[in-house]
Amino acid sequence: MKRRALMLAVLPLPLLAQDLVPGLQQTIATLTQGAVVNEGRVRIEVAELVENGNAVPVRVAVSGEGIQALWLLNELNPQREVLHCRFGAAARPVVSTRVRLSATQQLVALAVDAQGQWWQARQRVIVTLAACLEGDNT
Amino acid sequence: MSTRTVITLPPVLRAGEPFEVQVLIAHPMETGHRRDADGRLLPRDILNHFEVQLDGSTVFEADLFPAIAANPYLAFTLVAQRSGTLSLRWRGDNGFAHIETVAVNLSP
Repeated sequence: MKRRALMLAVLPLPLLAQDLVPGLQQTIATLTQGAVVNEGRVRIEVAELVENGNAVPVRVAVSGEGIQALWLLNELNPQREVLHCRFGAAARPVVSTRVRLSATQQLVALAVDAQGQWWQARQRVIVTLAACLEGDNT
Repeated sequence: MSTRTVITLPPVLRAGEPFEVQVLIAHPMETGHRRDADGRLLPRDILNHFEVQLDGSTVFEADLFPAIAANPYLAFTLVAQRSGTLSLRWRGDNGFAHIETVAVNLSP
């Protein structure tokens, strides 16, 4: 029993912690105004391991009808928000972009439909070379 | 200074069939968190808003944050019922504004 406790204690934190960092939980609570957030419908497509955090391709797609807005959020960059999209009637709730990731962390995509129902997905991304640490080549 | 953009639509568009619009714009997206070689903070200079209108009505809108990579790329999916004009507008720090228009020609 004691040995197991010790093993857990020395495991690197990200392996254990699937909970989001408090700052991101707070951002989500603010956006949703405390509404229940359902799992499902939202899908984040991103490589699980990226070598360069300066430009990471990410695609977020929401299935079904009536999605009005979508947020892409992160845990450990200086700012929690990455992208916020609003979809008109002629748009489908799918968006692709390239993002900066400052460290290995989870991404969260949050969508809201016309009835005010919230949906989310999470994806952990391991970053070997973080953005922000060295000068951009641009 | 002229702003470079690349806007790509599929070669054939049909009424009622979703198509993806890919948009790239040249911009450093300076985060405001980086320092130069002398340790001075580089001032923030990002694009923070992107709006797409199809014949005058907004169909897609995005707020961009510093976590969007330099030379922001966005791809979104639209469904058109008739041919029209797509207008793409970027806004950013320091009064940045840029507009491009693209014809959406549906095949019969």
